[in-house]
Amino acid sequence: MKPSTRRRLTRGILYAVFVLAVVAVVLLADWQAIGVNFFDPEVARAAFPTIITVAVKNTVVYTIIAFIGGLILGLILALMKLSPVGPYRWAATVYIEIFRGLPALLVIFAMAFAVPIAFSWRPPGGNAGAGLIALIMVSGAYIAETIRAGIQAVPAGQTEAARSLGMGPAWTMVSVTLPQAFRIITPPLTNELVILIKDTSLLFIAGMAMQDRELTTFARDSVSQNANSTPLVLAAIMYLIITLPLTQLVAKLERHNQRGR
Amino acid sequence: MSTPVPTPSAGTPAIEVRNLHKSFGDNEVLKGIDFHVNQGEVVCVIGPSGSGKSTLLRCVNRLEEPTTGTIRVEGTDITDPETDLDAVRTRIGMVFQQFNLFPHLNVLQNLTLAQRRAKKRGKAEAEATAMKNLAKVGLADRAKAFPSQLSGGQQQRVAIARALSMDPDMMLFDEPTSALDPELVGDVLEVMRQLAQEGMTMMVVTHEMGFAREVGDRVVFMDGGIVVEQGAPEAVLGNPQHERTRSFLSKVL
Repeated sequence: MKPSTRRRLTRGILYAVFVLAVVAVVLLADWQAIGVNFFDPEVARAAFPTIITVAVKNTVVYTIIAFIGGLILGLILALMKLSPVGPYRWAATVYIEIFRGLPALLVIFAMAFAVPIAFSWRPPGGNAGAGLIALIMVSGAYIAETIRAGIQAVPAGQTEAARSLGMGPAWTMVSVTLPQAFRIITPPLTNELVILIKDTSLLFIAGMAMQDRELTTFARDSVSQNANSTPLVLAAIMYLIITLPLTQLVAKLERHNQRGR
Repeated sequence: MSTPVPTPSAGTPAIEVRNLHKSFGDNEVLKGIDFHVNQGEVVCVIGPSGSGKSTLLRCVNRLEEPTTGTIRVEGTDITDPETDLDAVRTRIGMVFQQFNLFPHLNVLQNLTLAQRRAKKRGKAEAEATAMKNLAKVGLADRAKAFPSQLSGGQQQRVAIARALSMDPDMMLFDEPTSALDPELVGDVLEVMRQLAQEGMTMMVVTHEMGFAREVGDRVVFMDGGIVVEQGAPEAVLGNPQHERTRSFLSKVL
């Protein structure tokens, strides 16, 4: 067989398999059941406007709080990890390794139930607040490693130049190293943000008041109320509307960074 | 606690290095250096790569920690832990081989940052000083440009202007033209020549033998972590006394 013939044959087979698979799905799927269970217009209509005014709003608000909290905690941990003082380094390392190694769900559960009971602690913002503190504790550990890598990626000559001009270590960090580090880590930080958006769904385990529910909790409640899965599809669409532009942004930033800084 | 830095009297050398040793791990790079630069003097340090000349220069503002020995800058012992190193460093301008401009700041901001943070100058004063020094290196029109928009030669001249904006008493140059394309070397050397004529105290680690001969008051030849030979440029470059100096010069001249 000639190479060109063989190539055409392979291509033909690949297309045929694809078409067969699509036809099989279309023929075998129970469209009736899918339509009734996942795309019920009545249930969908009933979800509005609460899904926007409460669920989407809370998801966005929780994400922003967890991200800003995680950034602050991450920055502190990263600076501790690079500290010349040994105990700071060890403490940061232990914290980061522990919280990167634990499931976020477990930490949320602990903060929402175990810790309040043990210490008679009333978390600010109720169970949602306790869950958010847990999210900050976990995301801070991941973000710390990202920031540390960013700081270390800034060339040593930058610090040397700043110090040789008589700037102290603190000013050097604030006005020379950190601005460049954050520029370098914008793509991975945006990735952390996308992961956090999805991780706010874990807050459902904390159990929340009606007005505190985020998308997943709302969808889950709505599913059991209506005995219909349409709210899940709606929630999925809402998540994608938020995350897809951000993942596109990450891709764009990465291309931009590759072109040289 | 930091002791105030005394102002130098006229007789004190700008830089005085005694019996300086520096090791990186087991590798001894400086093996007992005695070295000085007088006020207003231009000293060029030459030697093969790995001879320790850059390490010596970097010890003078303590970017490298000396292993043993003393280094006095205008009489102040900078190896003394009580010395306010940041204050001493504002008096020592340094120019790097790789320029090390701050890429996230424009040219003007590069020149004003340390003036404001380390010298606590106001914005107007810092900018006026910056513009004066930019004009001096012939780049006043590029104040708003970012480093990435400049050629290597322009970046190095900005780096010189940045160091000068701290009003230093002396300037250290660490192979300032080694990273430049050959056609850009001249502009940078011209700025340095002009500085020397104005009476700036300069320590220049360089491979530019023409510059050393023409501008240097003294040439120091280093090899293997020691000062092999030093003296007037015409003596060291024209009539070297040591075999190692002759062998080095025969390769570079």
